[in-house]
Amino acid sequence: MARSSLASGSGKPATRSGKRPGTTAAARPETTGPGHTPPPGWRPMTDPAPLLPDPEPFRVLGTPAAADADPVLMRELYEALVRGRRFNRQATALTQQGRLAVYPSTTGQEACEVAAARCLGERDWLFPSYRDTLAVVARGVDPVEVLTLLRGDWHNGYDPAATRVAPLSTPLATQLPHAVGLAHAARLRGDDTVALALVGDGGTSEGDFHEALNFAAVWKAPVVFLVQNNGFAISVPLHKQTAAPSLAHKAVGYGMPGRLVDGNDALAVHQVLTEAVERARGGGGPTLVEALTYRIDAHTNADDATRYRDAADLEPWRAHDPLVLLENALRDRDLVDDAELRAVEAGAEEMAAELRRRMNADPVLDPMSLFDHVYASRTTQLREQAARLRAELDAEEA
Amino acid sequence: MGTATAPAAPAKAARKPATMAQALNRALHDSLAADPTVHVLGEDVGTLGGVFRITDGLAAAFGPERVTDTPLAEAGILGTAVGMAMYGLRPVVEMQFDAFGYPALEQLISHVAKMRNRTRGTMPMPITVRIPYGGGIGGVEHHSDSSEAYYLHTPGLQVVTPATVADAYGLLRASIASDDPVIFLEPKRLYWGKADWSPDEPETVPPLGRAVVRRPGRSATLITYGPSVPVCLEAAEAATAEGWDLEVVDLRSLMPFDDETVCASVRRTGRAVVVHESSGFAGTGAEIAARVMERCFHHLEAPVLRVTGFDIPYPPPMLERYHLPGVDRVLDAVARLQWED
Ligand SMILES: Cc1ncc(C[n+]2csc(CCOP(=O)(O)OP(=O)(O)O)c2C)c(N)n1
Ligand SMILES: [Mg+2]
Repeated sequence: MARSSLASGSGKPATRSGKRPGTTAAARPETTGPGHTPPPGWRPMTDPAPLLPDPEPFRVLGTPAAADADPVLMRELYEALVRGRRFNRQATALTQQGRLAVYPSTTGQEACEVAAARCLGERDWLFPSYRDTLAVVARGVDPVEVLTLLRGDWHNGYDPAATRVAPLSTPLATQLPHAVGLAHAARLRGDDTVALALVGDGGTSEGDFHEALNFAAVWKAPVVFLVQNNGFAISVPLHKQTAAPSLAHKAVGYGMPGRLVDGNDALAVHQVLTEAVERARGGGGPTLVEALTYRIDAHTNADDATRYRDAADLEPWRAHDPLVLLENALRDRDLVDDAELRAVEAGAEEMAAELRRRMNADPVLDPMSLFDHVYASRTTQLREQAARLRAELDAEEA
Repeated sequence: MGTATAPAAPAKAARKPATMAQALNRALHDSLAADPTVHVLGEDVGTLGGVFRITDGLAAAFGPERVTDTPLAEAGILGTAVGMAMYGLRPVVEMQFDAFGYPALEQLISHVAKMRNRTRGTMPMPITVRIPYGGGIGGVEHHSDSSEAYYLHTPGLQVVTPATVADAYGLLRASIASDDPVIFLEPKRLYWGKADWSPDEPETVPPLGRAVVRRPGRSATLITYGPSVPVCLEAAEAATAEGWDLEVVDLRSLMPFDDETVCASVRRTGRAVVVHESSGFAGTGAEIAARVMERCFHHLEAPVLRVTGFDIPYPPPMLERYHLPGVDRVLDAVARLQWED
């Protein structure tokens, strides 16, 4: 794996004794008498040093590497970020108009969302959490179908097998073992499919996070876990969630590499995820990526963030805005002019208008479909219950 | 085993004594052989062959990719099985014991049961979850739960439990072949019960969702399943001394539920007792009694009674015989079916 600054490691000793694991046992002092030997057969299962995350979050923007970044990629990412932000604004507005039941915005996290979609190939799978509408839209799924869950006309609107996108997962972290199982199954079948699973910082406290990472590492499954550490799980800040050095460090305990990346640096997230996906595809096994970002909006439109954070907390993050960072880099290299930026804005406006138009149409509801997909075919009991509802509907219409 | 009165299959191949454990093992073997998408996974199911030896020899026959010793994490096992099913595989998961299936409940309730419905039928979950269940084996705490009501209360799941050697084979094959998830409850105290059975030409069984009359009778119907089927058959034999001719219905499949067979029997006999070993309150028997009452009210000569385990945590092994519904308790209930009218 082409690690960007791994060779230097953390600069810290890998073990408390300062020796590399694997050499410690041999270097133990002479022992006396029976029983004063290391436990039989002990050796570390794996050398933890190469698994450790970089000491600093990996960045491209604002570093010399930005000068060499692919201009086409930069432009495309920028356009996707602008459209993503506009999408969040439009979807939040739709909640105010009663067109969406709720919307969890990813404003501030667009770089993660967009990079998650773009690092995958056609046959790869995305496993989004409930917040990741934007990633699914960026993957090319029809936005109206993606918003089905939040509009409330069904629990999921798109065909997972056709889109290679799992349903948005509301029970936190439960989608992670699914990604592992799917990636494992693909490998068993000889396909080079990779699964990318998204989770929040709060979700890393769930048991399913632990079990998924453990299974993935044991099975060497071609899966990548992206934790968007946006600072909060609703109101609860990270320090109440974990005492780990970083969330990326958790990878080491499972025997997989952990990578720390600036989640607002679209080029950096894109690079780290692309490397992890290719590593998985090549048989190298899973990677845990922690992207440091910030949830600029409240948890959802229904949340009041002033109850648990100060407006001033947002200032440093507004200055570290993913759109601004990338726009600055584009301008630094004269890759865009004002006219182009206005064209990108206009494109996003058009997208929002189209979304508004489509979402303002009332969805067609079929109450009888409530019984259609509980089982492959209706049970006797469901047939009886469907008949009862049919009779009620007929009476209503009469 | 209560196969004596079941309709005998044409004995083409030699029938010889076999245990339910052997029939289950054979069903897994035949499913793995018949369908390359079938995968068995669980704790100790590979090299060891499972703590009850139900998967004995399968890893050797099909290799560790088809029959996999997983890490020890039930939610992880079922959660990865969901992903495998999403990719077109047909996982058969073993939970080592009834009470150790609880960590997997979230995956089961929130995903296994709901995925087909959530995705409007595009993402079925052909997963079989095998769970050794029930008491009567002298197990210490957490090894004797009857957890069927938890599963039954979850739309989207099928719940199946065999009571005979032949059904163990046939129902497990049918469960694995089903495109919807099945909780396959194996009555562990019947694992070692023997019956004459032909492993080379196993009887086919009807599709899931069909009950069977194990013993025809005219006086009253005992509605039961799994480990309580032999108890009811024994009670029916003993009842002849009192002049009662009891019919025994083995549900086999609790969901889908065979209202037709149950109600046809109760309409004939006019009296019914539901027997199971799990707790009675809000239990399976409550549902069955209500269904019978709703559908057969005018045929009933007496209220539908229930004989169930007490509403207590499963007792320690030295006290379990006081908890488990036995022949006497079943006969007591039959005696209370208002015969004097
Ligand atoms: C298993 C589970 N518990 C609780 C919730 C309620 N809930 C929804 S979002 C959320 C916070 C999630 O925080 P995090 O994982 O950091 O993701 P973020 O919202 O920041 O994207 C909670 C507690 C849930 N959806 N699932
Ligand atoms: Mg968060």
